[in-house]
Amino acid sequence: MALEGKVVGRNVRKVDGLALACGRPKFTLDLDLPGALVGKILRSPYAHARILRIDTSRAEAVPGVACILHHGNVDRVPYTTAGQGWPEPSPYDNFLFDRKVRFVGDRVAAVAAETEEAAREALRLIEVDYEVLPAVLSPEEALAAGAPAIHDEDDAEGIYDAQHNIAAAVDIPVGDIERGFAESDVIVEASCEIPYSQHVALEPHCVIAYFDEDGRLVLRTSTQVPFHVRRIVARVVGLPMEKIRVVKPRIGGGFGSKQEVILEPVAAALALRAGRPVVMALDRAEVFTATRTRHPMRVRVKLGAKKDGTLHAIEMEALSNTGAYGAHSLTVLSNTGSKTLPLYNKAPHLWFHGKAVYTNLPVAGAYRGYGATQGYFALEVAMDMLAERLGMDPIELRLVNHIRAGETSPIFEKIGEGREGKPQTVKSCALEECLRVGAEKIGWREKRARRRREGSWAYGVGMSVSMQGSGITGIDMAAATIMMNENGSFRLLVGATDIGTGSDTVLAQIAAEVLGVPVERISVYSSDTDFTPFDTGAYASSTTYVSGMAVLRAARKVREAILEVAAGMLAEPPEDLELAEERVTSKKTGKSVTLSEVGHRATYVVDQRHIIASASFVPEESPPPFAAFFCEVAVDTETGVVRVERFVAAADCGVAIHPKLAAGQLEGAIVQGIGHALSEELLFSEKGRCTNANLFDYRIPSALDVPALEVVLVDSEEPSGPLGAKSIAEVGINGPLPAISNAIYHAVGVRLTRAPFTPARVLAALRG
Amino acid sequence: MQEAMKIYFELNGEQRYVEIEPGESLLSLLRRLGMKSVKSGCETGDCGACTVLLNGRAVRSCTTFAAQVRGKRVTTLEGLGDVDDPHPLQEAFVEAGAVQCGFCTPGMILVAYELLSKNGAPTPQEVRAAISGNLCRCTGYVKIVDAVLLAAQWKREGKWR
Ligand code: FES
Ligand code: FES
Repeated sequence: MALEGKVVGRNVRKVDGLALACGRPKFTLDLDLPGALVGKILRSPYAHARILRIDTSRAEAVPGVACILHHGNVDRVPYTTAGQGWPEPSPYDNFLFDRKVRFVGDRVAAVAAETEEAAREALRLIEVDYEVLPAVLSPEEALAAGAPAIHDEDDAEGIYDAQHNIAAAVDIPVGDIERGFAESDVIVEASCEIPYSQHVALEPHCVIAYFDEDGRLVLRTSTQVPFHVRRIVARVVGLPMEKIRVVKPRIGGGFGSKQEVILEPVAAALALRAGRPVVMALDRAEVFTATRTRHPMRVRVKLGAKKDGTLHAIEMEALSNTGAYGAHSLTVLSNTGSKTLPLYNKAPHLWFHGKAVYTNLPVAGAYRGYGATQGYFALEVAMDMLAERLGMDPIELRLVNHIRAGETSPIFEKIGEGREGKPQTVKSCALEECLRVGAEKIGWREKRARRRREGSWAYGVGMSVSMQGSGITGIDMAAATIMMNENGSFRLLVGATDIGTGSDTVLAQIAAEVLGVPVERISVYSSDTDFTPFDTGAYASSTTYVSGMAVLRAARKVREAILEVAAGMLAEPPEDLELAEERVTSKKTGKSVTLSEVGHRATYVVDQRHIIASASFVPEESPPPFAAFFCEVAVDTETGVVRVERFVAAADCGVAIHPKLAAGQLEGAIVQGIGHALSEELLFSEKGRCTNANLFDYRIPSALDVPALEVVLVDSEEPSGPLGAKSIAEVGINGPLPAISNAIYHAVGVRLTRAPFTPARVLAALRG
Repeated sequence: MQEAMKIYFELNGEQRYVEIEPGESLLSLLRRLGMKSVKSGCETGDCGACTVLLNGRAVRSCTTFAAQVRGKRVTTLEGLGDVDDPHPLQEAFVEAGAVQCGFCTPGMILVAYELLSKNGAPTPQEVRAAISGNLCRCTGYVKIVDAVLLAAQWKREGKWR
């Protein structure tokens, strides 16, 4: 353990754990609001159509209908649903309601009514005449000459090339790629594809919009980004920001899907029009088709290497499908390169280029891994191919090439979040140790050398590595406020958004460590735009690192204030005092006062003041966590069924503030990745309608689908992070796709490059 | 329109006499009665978030009609324990780190409760099978299985009340 703290590095009780385990009403919809209307959305049956006429007169006559909104009766404001920093890097190509619909499930109108039945009846009675347009159902069709332009509106902003359906494009050359390949001894190329997959946070998107006693609009919502919700809703409904309060209660998972401001503007507009509270909850089918998905992507990686395995040239080309709207289109695409290429920093010649294109399919957005997952699939399969060509062990090939502490990559500076990045030197990297530990646990050497076969089942092992970041350099900002109660307990207020990750606990630990108290003495509150300081939100693996630094700074200020008061009480200078175990003690005399005594004195007695401090933090770098993944698979050569028998991951997240929560993040991410590899894919009809938008046909792993899974946290200490920490939330999801693909290759000698690796695909590959 | 009707049933140890809507699901009734631990994740019977115990057996309240519980015993997570007096299973879930977002937790604990009432010493595989109808997207199930095994151990050690 790099840092053996009193609180940090220990598995303290998750601060909200017991209340959640007791089913306390902590989620968005657990609040009953008498008199609330039910909001429902009318969705497009067509993938691409113009709305010629919309008649709501029959629907409005339904008893209990309060209001109906559509393009004809709301302001037209271009915006993006992507909850990101400002200025927003995603194009303004959304409208609350538009004259055009761009995918099956796109919004046509919204109803607020007294009951769900009345709302549904009204939806049924809204008459819409459509002019059906030719639909674009793949990125290739989108780019084809003469393809219909999906965004032909003239008031969208920030689209790279609307006429050609290109939402965003990147082209980042480093060195001279052609020379790089010419000078290489060995060249391999892999092209891998990830389809539409969905986050499947167990709690569907939902929101309650109501008015407080002063008439301000309150949005209680299942979001990862309360402050972005406030900004975007203000823009869309035309309210000044200060008239909106966004409350984030407990959230039933997000994984990126709730980094999108999808439902809140609709609920806000309905509530404002009706002058009444409105509750909106999506059903599971709507979550699948009309929230957000991972960006389906085809990534081609070409590697050039010297005989000794040193990479000399890397080309990565990505074709991303952003669906009907460009949420996160540029930034996910950028991250495909920026979160992968620095890992192999030995190659002087790089070229990362790609496009994100519109199609008439569901809208892609942020999803854990955020482009890196797509990039690593191709990169790590290509590395496996390269190892084979060189006759090298795949682990050895990684050891020769991966970045080390003290090293940098030009990519850090070249690719940022929708703009240029910043130079960065990696300060902590324990990937070597991760590789060693993981290989040992899976029994790499023996299993790699001897391929097992039992009847029709062939066994193999494979591996991959990945890195991610910790927050967004120069863009993220987090703030925290800590106030001391007179009895020596504390209140920690953070805009940071615990969406189930346990970040409230981690942040409380950081504060507790500095303030010399157990976590129980700190009550955490997150997040509420009226009462907690700003935080960009829970995304980009930022909370522990970015928000953690804000908490650390605020805690240090509070500590100073405590020592100052205690100095007066003990008649000694603050430098000679120590804060631990709820007391301030003189290092010289051993005399001490309790925090409660300090609190009472400051609050009521002498030189009165509230011991309270706020601090902000903006990351100047984004230290990558690293991980190595190993798995053993069994492939049934008769049926094509792939079983993941064992999965081992070793990760370096710096100091794990709460090892159990960190391990839980890793386990959850890996199992999502296994789902991507084996079963998860949204399917569409030739008209663009999703045909498996339910949890029976879209299979996420159940407890019986999970292999023996072992995760190891390898110590390192990140000097730029709070008490040595960096991130852990995303890095785990990048490993399974390539590791499983590589293991299948080891088992049966065929490369699976299109996810998921269903029995049909495996059989097709086996039969050549 | 059918008439609304009233039914008697036992909810977490208390007799209730309540009006139900025609065709109303048990999920809707229970949430109306304030049992907010009963979660809605799909309403098609596929996720298990809405699990409750009906005469001690785990059922999905979204695909159970409210009318079906007439005269029966319904237990929701609220009936097992609360923060000032939690059930050992609730404690075990916290202790093992099995609670991430907590949205699947009520259903998970109730199926685990049913399992442990029948089998005091389940194997990990038996635990996995028992919870396999309940989806969790956060944890990867590792720590949920740990939690159930821990609770089973506590039960064998006589630590359950
Ligand atoms: S809500 Fe009942 S099974 Fe999903
Ligand atoms: S803890 Fe979030 S779904 Fe299980």
